[in-house]
Amino acid sequence: MSPANTALERVTQVPGVRGSLLISGTDGLVVAERLMDGIDGRAIAALAGSLIQRLGRATAGAGLRIPTFVHLRGSSGSVLAAPGQNDLVLVALVSLDANLGLARLEMLDAVGRLN
Amino acid sequence: MRALEPWVVEPLQTFLAESSARLILLMTTAGQVVAQHGFARSFEVMTAAALGSAIVASTEELARLMGAPRFGAVVHGGSQQSCLLAAFGTPRGRWIGLVVFGPETSVGLVQLFFDQMVEELVGAAPREPAPAPMLAENFERELNASLKELFGR
Repeated sequence: MSPANTALERVTQVPGVRGSLLISGTDGLVVAERLMDGIDGRAIAALAGSLIQRLGRATAGAGLRIPTFVHLRGSSGSVLAAPGQNDLVLVALVSLDANLGLARLEMLDAVGRLN
Repeated sequence: MRALEPWVVEPLQTFLAESSARLILLMTTAGQVVAQHGFARSFEVMTAAALGSAIVASTEELARLMGAPRFGAVVHGGSQQSCLLAAFGTPRGRWIGLVVFGPETSVGLVQLFFDQMVEELVGAAPREPAPAPMLAENFERELNASLKELFGR
């Protein structure tokens, strides 16, 4: 199994995680994905990539470093993103009852191993 | 925004607002311009339409030679400007979209909203048959009328 798929498998094993993707941050394109049926990975990659890019510009404008972890909370779940090196971003979709702490730890560890 | 067919304006405006693309040109596979946004001169539009339709024709022929289905889109990536070229079916025939975008957006976003625009165009297209092909003796007059409509002069 490739390092990318290993990373995705680890993240999707966390309770409450509905899927995960490895995306190219600049292009907003899917590199690898492991998603439940009915989830449009292409749309998530495009929008999450844009979000990370804009957050990066905002933090750079404020004289800060690029965020190491992003948590976007919605009414029915959350989007988690962990930017890594080489423009890769690990993204996870989680439900409201997900173990966010464990998901965060797994994502940061997984994206670190990809570098 | 200039369009020969008024029903294309709203999907195009939505696409431009959502994708942050700089330029868009909609044309038929024959290179006839349907709508444009961002081009300053008619010469640029006609050149881009001719080149765009030729590239799509080339890639579709390449796909045919390879025994593959049509390519979904052609993307030319650049450091300051990129270009997406994609053909799609409409009730008015096969059209081509040429989109130029910069680093303020991404190819993923442009493709995502381009596909949504295509769905909206297909849904908004009138079902009556397209106008008959132009006769050769009317070609220059029709071309000038189209350019006047697209550039307002």
